[in-house]
Formats: sequence, C-alpha cells, structure tokens
Amino acid sequence: MSKYKNVRLFKGKLSFLIDRKAAFIFTILLLVTFLVFVISTGIGDMKINPLTVVKVLFGGGPEMEKLIITSFRLPRIIVALMVGISLAVAGGILQGMIRNPLASPDVLGITGGAAVAVVGFLAFFSDSNNALTVSIAWLPLAAFLGAGVVAFLVYFLAWKNGVSPIRLVLIGIGISTLMQALTTLMMIMGPIYQASQANIWITGTVYGSNWKNVATLVPWTVIFLIIAIVAARTINIQELGDEVATGLGGKVQKQRFLLLMISTALIGSSVAFAGGIGFVGLMAPHMARRLVGSSFGALLPTSALLGGILVMVADLIGRTMFSPLEVPAGVFTAGIGAPYFIYLLFKTRNA
Amino acid sequence: MKMNAIETKKLSLSYGETLIINELDLKIPKGEITVFIGGNGCGKSTLLRSIARLLKPKSGGVLLEGKAIAKLSTKEIAKKMAILPQSPSAPEGLTVLQLVKQGRYPHQTWLKQWSEEDEKKVNDALKATRLEGLKERTVDSLSGGQRQRAWIAMTLAQDTDIILLDEPTTYLDMTHQIEILDLLFELNEKKKRTVVMVLHDLNLACRYAHNIVAIKDKKVFAQGKPEYVINCSLVKNVFGMDCEVTMDPLFGTPLCIPYGKGRCILDKAVAMNG
Repeated sequence: MSKYKNVRLFKGKLSFLIDRKAAFIFTILLLVTFLVFVISTGIGDMKINPLTVVKVLFGGGPEMEKLIITSFRLPRIIVALMVGISLAVAGGILQGMIRNPLASPDVLGITGGAAVAVVGFLAFFSDSNNALTVSIAWLPLAAFLGAGVVAFLVYFLAWKNGVSPIRLVLIGIGISTLMQALTTLMMIMGPIYQASQANIWITGTVYGSNWKNVATLVPWTVIFLIIAIVAARTINIQELGDEVATGLGGKVQKQRFLLLMISTALIGSSVAFAGGIGFVGLMAPHMARRLVGSSFGALLPTSALLGGILVMVADLIGRTMFSPLEVPAGVFTAGIGAPYFIYLLFKTRNA
Repeated sequence: MKMNAIETKKLSLSYGETLIINELDLKIPKGEITVFIGGNGCGKSTLLRSIARLLKPKSGGVLLEGKAIAKLSTKEIAKKMAILPQSPSAPEGLTVLQLVKQGRYPHQTWLKQWSEEDEKKVNDALKATRLEGLKERTVDSLSGGQRQRAWIAMTLAQDTDIILLDEPTTYLDMTHQIEILDLLFELNEKKKRTVVMVLHDLNLACRYAHNIVAIKDKKVFAQGKPEYVINCSLVKNVFGMDCEVTMDPLFGTPLCIPYGKGRCILDKAVAMNG
C-alpha cells in the first residue's frame, strides 16, 4: 500500500493528496476524543456507566441520568472540547504564521487583552454593594472585544511595510506584559471578592457552562475551524518565508491578516467562555507535528483533536481529583504545559 | 532578434533614503543563462529581488515578457517566474516531497490541491534533481547540496519559463556548487528555461553564463558574452582588483586570476616578465 492516496472527484474539480499515516492517526484520535467525551460525561459525583451515556446521547436512557447528563455535564464538556479545539487551531496558525514553535496566543498578548477586558468589566460594572449592574451574560462579549482590540493593536504597532513575524512577537510580548500589569492594577483597585472571582476565571475554567454558551460557541468554532482548514495551504507557504511565499504567488500581507483574524476569533471565543486556559495553543500543535508532520492540511485537524482531548482531560481531573473542590482546568493545562514548555526550550538551546 | 524575457526601464531602487540602483536599463534575453556580478553591496541582489517583485521600485519599472509587473497579479507572475531567495529555510520536519509540492501553489485552488498535472510536475521535478529516492526525507536532514536541489526542485515544480536564483551556491563546497550549476545548465539546455542568477564566483559565472551583467555605480557597467566582456580593465573597474585574465583550460571561458600575496612558486624570471 503506498504512502499516499490521490483523491480526485467531480472530473478533477476536487482533488487532494491524503497521507495515509496521518489519516490513520486522525481517525484514532477521533475515537479517543469520543471515548474521553463519553467517559468524562460519566464521571462525577454520580458515576454513570459509559454505555448509559451513549444511550443518553442518542436520545434514550433512564430519566435521572438523562437529567444529570444534559443539564450539568454535557454543556461543560462540549465547551471544554470546543475551547480545546479553538485554542489548538489558533496556536497552530500562529506558530505557522510566525514561523516559531514558541508562538502561542499568550505570547501575542491576545489572551491578556481578553483578561483585561474581563477584569475591567467586573470592576466597571459594579456598584458600591459589589453587585453587578449589568447581566453577566455580557462578559463573554467583553472578553472577545478585548481579544480583538489587542490583536488589532499588536498588528497595527507591528506594521512597517507589512508585518514581519519577529515584530509581531516582540510587540506581542510587550503588549502582553502591559495587559498583565493592567489586570493586576484593576484587581487591586477593586474589591477583594472580585479579585478572587476574576482570578479563577483568568486561570481558565469551564465551570458554570450552560446550553446558551454551547449554542453560541459550537457554530462559531465549527465555522472558523473550517475556514482555518481551508486556509491551511496559505500557512504552508508562509512557513517557507515571505520571499518564497510571494514568489509562489501568495498575497502574504492579506493572508497574514486573515490568519490573524481567524486566530483571534477562535481565541476570543475560548477566552470568553472559559477564561485564560493556557498552554493548549502551544502544546497541541507541537504534539500534532510530532505525529503527522509539518503540512498544515494534516496538522490543523490533528492539533484540534489533541487540544480538545487535553482540555477535556484537564477539566475531568479538575473536577474529580480534589472532590468536592473544583479546580479550574487551567491549572492542569498549566501543570502539564509549563514543564513541556521548559522541556522545549531545553531541547532547542542546542539547535 | 532574440526575445527579451525581462526588461527594466529606468529602474531606481532604494532602501529608505539610500539609493542602490539608479535608473537602470537592462534587457535579459530569453532562453539563456544570465549572471549578475559585481562587488559587495553593489546592488545585484537588490536588482534581482526587485525583478522578482519582492521589492517595490522607487521609480521606473520592470517588464515581464513585455508586460509591466506592477500591473500583473502576483499569482500571474508566479506562473511565469520563480524565485529562489538567498538561504531559504524550511520548517522542521518538512519532507522533500512536501516542499516540492508547494511549488504548485500558483496553479492550485483550495478545491483543486492535487491535480494530475500537479502530480506529474512534482515527479518530473524530483526526477530532474535526482531526489526521488530522498523524497520522504526531511529537508533539514539533507546535505547542503541536496537541500539546495530540493529548493530548486520546488521552483521547477512551479513550472515557469524563468527562474531567478539569488546566490544559489554561496555556502556550498565546490562539489555541491558544481552540482547545482550543472543542474541549472542542464535545465537551460534541455528545457530552455531562462535562468537569471547572482553569483559571487566570477570564474564560475564566466563558465556557465551566456550573458554576464556587471553592476557598478548603481548602473549596468557592462553586459554581454563573458569572453567579450570580461577583461582586466572590467575587473579593475568593477571589483577594484588587478588580475590576469586567461583562458580556462577545460572550457575556454575567461579565467580570472587576481594579483596579491601568496606563495609564488613560479620561476622568478618568468613571473617578472609577465
């Protein structure tokens, strides 16, 4: 059996080259994702048999389990999955665009921007009794706007006859630090309990997800995921450097902007619904690259699944290991992510 | 009359306020190997890059097969002209096949990513560069010469009439330099591609180029067949170097030997009589 499969349909109007190994790995990961999803749904204060979970997913199952699963567990796990996918794909895109394996949404200050927006929102819209004057439902929008504003700001500041990867990273780091300072300032100036609330949120958690969140997040994620996969071929040439990419007929600046917007959309929605879950955008694309190589057609989908699995597992550990305490998923992604990051730095110091 | 693949008209190029090339007129003939030579910093790479539309001119223009490149879309240009910049870098883990496939980008759309033509051109490119056996290796695991062949294979897969190369042999040892230049010579000979490159080695330039362009003082100092153009006076003017120009014993093309220090083991009398 050859390594590749040519796929040509509709008299050649649609054609792809599929790497069999990558396709195989993707299929395995898809199964793993489904497994983690089902098992995670089954674990909690009340343990539910995985088979029962599957029955409920298909509309049947006993009433009590159905209630628990659909009211409490499903929304949260779906959000975890979507957030994992979004961050992983955004991270992959940024790494390809910036041509640096250390690039991630955190580095560009985008998650920082969202954090500022959230804390600002909490500080701004509270009255003297420390109660929110506007509905908490506006919080995700604030986070998304924060992410968007910072993305634009970083892009604008990095522009000099076009945007180069190095400038993006340097400006991003600067802005990221500024955002952190602002966040801390606002938390100090505000009341104590808000700081604690903001802190939990910033660490990243899917606690409290509901079906309204899901209804917003799923279509958004799916649409941008599809756009990202279609744009994969532009990331492939951008990875070869601006000059080669231009030589191949790529509109480098336009494509870069588009890719940045896709990333921001995915990061913004993740931060809005799950806070600052870190390191997924760094780890998932890396692991994916190890498994299926550097071509983005295979890399992005694989990365997406790995990200989803990571966040679902992190959330699972968070809500079961220290029961009845709920530890935010962000703690565990950082717990695995930080050592992984250090290991990466260690590995590349000789390169 | 020979057709011109590329023409520049009063082309002026600058980096910020510094003028590098001043109102340069140049005609590059089709189907030949043209080599730019000149001293360090004379602007030959800058000139090549602006021809490849990687750098916008300060004034003047570049014509590609008679049409102004400023008016053509970057994709249209990519179907006619390929450029291999200096020291290109491939991401870690990218295989030779994956790199060469990228060369098909201007001919593809997001729906059509691997047509039969794409497949054929990529295979032909791998064959021409003798990389079929290495196509699953990662680019970063190859030797310098093999890696450069892989990049050239990518430009070949792009299937353009014109190929531009910016110092394709710098950093390669002699064997690999000849390997690459032989490959380019063959491509020109057998497939009639127009090759334009910047080379540092004057003697190799004389051996492989049909047409040599010497850049000095922000303009073309001289242009033509190496055996008509390269002489002591040109070398002195363009490189500021005293030399003897003799005939290469293998190829008959001009061979430039610089004066200077070094172990002279000739008979002293012969050396003094010149």
